[in-house]
Amino acid sequence: MYVPVVIVGAGQAGLAMSHHLIAAGIDHIILERGEVANSWRTERWDSLRLLTPNWMTRLPGDGFDSDDPDGYMTGAQVVAFLDRYRQRFCAPVRTRSTVRSMRRSGRGFTVATDDQQWQCDSVVVAAGASSEPRVPAPAADLPDRIRQITALDYRRPSQLDDGGDVLVVGASASGLQIADELQRSGRTVTLAVGEHIRLPRTYRGRDIYWWMDVIGQLDERYDEVDDIDRARRHASVQLVGSDDRSTLDLNSVASLGVGLVGRLARINGTTAQFSGALANLVANADLKQNRLLDRIDEFAEKHDLAAVIDAPDRPARTRLGAIATELDLARFSSVIWATGYRPTFGWLDDAAFDQRRRVIHDGGVGRLPGMFFLGLPFMRRRRSNLIGGVGRDAADLMGPLRAHLEVLARGHPG
Amino acid sequence: MTQLDKPSVDNGVDVEALRGARQALTDAPAAAKFQWRASCEWIRGTHSRTTMTDFFGLGQNHAHRLAHSIDADHPEIFASEDNGATPPEIVLAALASCLTAGVATVASHRGVQLHSVVATVEADMDLQGILGIDGDVRNGFDGIKVTYQIDADASRADIEAIVAQSQKRSAVFDIVTNPTTVRVELA
Repeated sequence: MYVPVVIVGAGQAGLAMSHHLIAAGIDHIILERGEVANSWRTERWDSLRLLTPNWMTRLPGDGFDSDDPDGYMTGAQVVAFLDRYRQRFCAPVRTRSTVRSMRRSGRGFTVATDDQQWQCDSVVVAAGASSEPRVPAPAADLPDRIRQITALDYRRPSQLDDGGDVLVVGASASGLQIADELQRSGRTVTLAVGEHIRLPRTYRGRDIYWWMDVIGQLDERYDEVDDIDRARRHASVQLVGSDDRSTLDLNSVASLGVGLVGRLARINGTTAQFSGALANLVANADLKQNRLLDRIDEFAEKHDLAAVIDAPDRPARTRLGAIATELDLARFSSVIWATGYRPTFGWLDDAAFDQRRRVIHDGGVGRLPGMFFLGLPFMRRRRSNLIGGVGRDAADLMGPLRAHLEVLARGHPG
Repeated sequence: MTQLDKPSVDNGVDVEALRGARQALTDAPAAAKFQWRASCEWIRGTHSRTTMTDFFGLGQNHAHRLAHSIDADHPEIFASEDNGATPPEIVLAALASCLTAGVATVASHRGVQLHSVVATVEADMDLQGILGIDGDVRNGFDGIKVTYQIDADASRADIEAIVAQSQKRSAVFDIVTNPTTVRVELA
């Protein structure tokens, strides 16, 4: 079957792209492995809320009004939001259609699901940046009796019902939130902390995302930052969305009794060995946080905001007590890997990748003519990975996508 | 701020050459594979001399401008002759010199003029470990503390950031803070 454009994935990115294509009158379908907002339905823990406030959580032309603009959506609310959005525009979603392969053929691409084949001129890969967990090598060396789960499989504390201690590996938003929840549920948690980015939930009375928005940080472009590869590899920020807008950081979980250790380096028989470099990672995260807060203070001063915002309330430096570099595994019954995610691109044409099997793209424009990406971290701007950021990226891709379709329509050679 | 905006500084680091090397090794990752070598010969008692003459990198062997050697020994309180620093002290020297080279490099990258940099290193050790008195005591250091005194044309926060970045990019800091597999065999 022929269709001009195939979008892979019916999450916020695919639906935003569909909205723009419908507005431009370009025929397309969205192939979705499960239901609309599938990962929000099936791969999130119960207590998870968006890290961004509701007023930011917008998609192009959604027309929705939030009765709680400063709140943070639950996973179920995100599902409902995306369902409503899809219905509003009658986005052409084919659910339960897992893409198995996407290959160049003729003047475009052949896209195969389990039971159908589509020929198209252009593809938009909007399949999510976090569909597979990254699990580091030491996982293979853990004793069999220790239960291992990833943050994608974690749901709630009762899932780990054996009472033993829990080692949470990774201290970005996922790891910190899970460690916090498990410790509050009565479990004894140790948190292995690698490189991380620390931010207060609010600063001078405003949400940190409000600040990052107004000072222009979220709009920094991929072709303007010093080292885009490094910026794209950054872990998610240490934040949680909650009713009391509290800050979640190493100090807060340590005060609950969570034990902190460095990055998990190696499993050596019955002991786990951790890096001794935690003090430097913590110092670095504090310095980076303060640089952003300095920028905010400068902005506030320049724009004379002092009358409408609170006084500077800098978070305390991260406190570290004595840090173990080795722990006996005997007391642990579970390990939770919150060590990051990556997209699943196994079905993509090999020519889309570099030697290290990372997709090559220039602000979402793929290496193969007619192939586009959407929803990747820092794809075009710092806000690219936010629900409220994907709409602008989708709009930006419309130009090159239309140009590609027009070239084909004119019967350009090749 | 781009590099061009920065005041010119002279810390004796060729920043342009380092940038060029980074780009070259990004484009040709095989050339980044290095091997460091040392040869240690026992002299007498606890005295030994380690010599570094060559290394491998950029696809070929390279000789040092001249062979460097380090004598190691134990102090007189252990009935040795103190012909050199103890091996743990040499580890501290390696750590401090690696971090200090990093401070100079990072400062130069960031356009910060250094006037003086002094690192003081202290590392506690309980000898009950190496003497086999208490099996619960490790042989190595309980911990290492490095204290920098730096005089530079920069704010305290900027100097802290330079020291933090030098740890992030330091080989010896990584070697000391993370486990490394070591195999010792008879030839």
